[in-house]
Amino acid sequence: MKHDAPDGHDGDDSGDGEVAIRLRGIRKRYGQLTAVDGVDLDVRRGEILAVLGPNGAGKTTTVEICEGHRHRDEGEVTVLGADPAQATDGWRERVGIVLQTSLFTDELTVRETVDWFGSLYPRRRETEEVLDSVGLTAQAQAKARTLSGGQKRRLDVAIGVVGRPELLFLDEPTTGFDPEARRQFWGLIRRLREDGTTILLTTHYLDEAEALADRVAVLTCGRVLEVSTPATLGGRAGAPAIVRWRDGGILHEQQTTEPTALVAQLSARFDGEVPDLAVARPSLEDVYLQMIGEQHPTAVRSETAA
Amino acid sequence: MSAAIASLFDARTLSIGRSRTIVELKNLWRSHQQFGFTILFPVMMLLLFASIFSGRVEGTDVQMSQLYVAGIIGSSLMSTGFVALAIGLSVEREAGTLDRLAGTPMPKASYFLGKVGMVLTTVAVQTVVLIAIGVVLFDLSLPTGIGRWATFAWVFLLGVSASALLGIAVGGVIADAKSAPAVVNLPFVALQFISGVWIGINLLPAWLVRVSQVFPLHWICRGMRSVFLPDSFASVEADGAWQLGLCAIVLGAWCILGFVLCARTFRWTRR
Repeated sequence: MKHDAPDGHDGDDSGDGEVAIRLRGIRKRYGQLTAVDGVDLDVRRGEILAVLGPNGAGKTTTVEICEGHRHRDEGEVTVLGADPAQATDGWRERVGIVLQTSLFTDELTVRETVDWFGSLYPRRRETEEVLDSVGLTAQAQAKARTLSGGQKRRLDVAIGVVGRPELLFLDEPTTGFDPEARRQFWGLIRRLREDGTTILLTTHYLDEAEALADRVAVLTCGRVLEVSTPATLGGRAGAPAIVRWRDGGILHEQQTTEPTALVAQLSARFDGEVPDLAVARPSLEDVYLQMIGEQHPTAVRSETAA
Repeated sequence: MSAAIASLFDARTLSIGRSRTIVELKNLWRSHQQFGFTILFPVMMLLLFASIFSGRVEGTDVQMSQLYVAGIIGSSLMSTGFVALAIGLSVEREAGTLDRLAGTPMPKASYFLGKVGMVLTTVAVQTVVLIAIGVVLFDLSLPTGIGRWATFAWVFLLGVSASALLGIAVGGVIADAKSAPAVVNLPFVALQFISGVWIGINLLPAWLVRVSQVFPLHWICRGMRSVFLPDSFASVEADGAWQLGLCAIVLGAWCILGFVLCARTFRWTRR
């Protein structure tokens, strides 16, 4: 099954049942440029959906339309049963937003900042709990503007989750994180999902999408190319594996749909250990780059250069 | 818009507006640069000008220093309301603070209540400090009679409101926070010179005074002079009178214009 969303069952399109976000035919132009060109997408309740795509593919615009931060030119949007363009404070209490850039210019401490934002929500998490979950307990007394880039990002995530949102938007949340901080962040996101939070995430990191997402949506040129699980994206599950081994000092490589059989043959031929044996499936990054390359060759060049 | 005005009286809007005021005040009072400019700058200018220029204003029995106290109270009121708000707002937009706030259930009106609360508190402190210095060091006599205090109250409130609304309006159209201080201070400094803050209104060419009468600072300072200076000084003013009725009309008109501009120019998002 290649496309499993948008799915056919138009019966429950209230958007407040099984579907947290429902987009149909979303278009947005900036002058001559069409940033979003007819996006259809469903995000199910309780899932983590990662939106992938090269720079300029329309990821952020799409997410901002769902957040109520940007008006669409065309199409239908239902987020938690309401149109975000007419967002009420009651709707905003159920939604957490982490925008792409985090700057703090004010003089409040980290704890004061989380406290104040928390005070806006009726079902808030405790400040200490939130600081602990994003790993900022040690910085609680520091002024927000003195934090490092990655710490500011985590403070923004803290603000996004302090209201115990049903739906969380994360726009490139781990940009600027060191590997350790990213792992911690992934742990936080998984715990949020266990609590039932629906998460719409954009990212440039394919390993992040693979680690976190139940499904990924690939956007290019303002359109949804495919929506699928990370394991099956781009026909990945059925794709041939690559078996590598060394024989007489020469590295051999063979594509096969039956790698187990090949390995058995090799094992018999070498009568035991096969030198430098490796069996590789195409990574999410491999299939992604191939998909994007077919669609938009220049985008891949700029993406891999970045 | 009318819904926004109606929501001003909602209990939640008011309570979040109050907590936002505290956030704004912490921001101001903890920032040495801003605090210095807002509170210390007018005090320094008062001490300098009132010490350098002594003696009486020609043709009156008013001390130069008294003139400066009245003028600097007026201009520092506009400085906090207009200059500080406009710059602060353009910084908040550029940093994404407004985007972040717009994504929360904070009632939009609470943000503006916070700004107004911050400006009113700060200006009140500023004014008390300036009056105290005037009384202790520069022979300023406190206004006597309920009438003068009433004038003080309405000039203060109308002046702060007009300044704050214009500050929000201008802060809403400044594209780039780095250019904000120049964009805002340029006209403000010019207005100070032609509105009788640094140079006695009696020393200015009549046509320049006419020009200044279009703008709120002239009337804020004139209103403050009418409160703190003896009535004999009115003869030195343009038209030879305080013209408090006209003062109320011009300041009121600037409030309305500022409000309309705010409603038209203010954007929560950066782009």
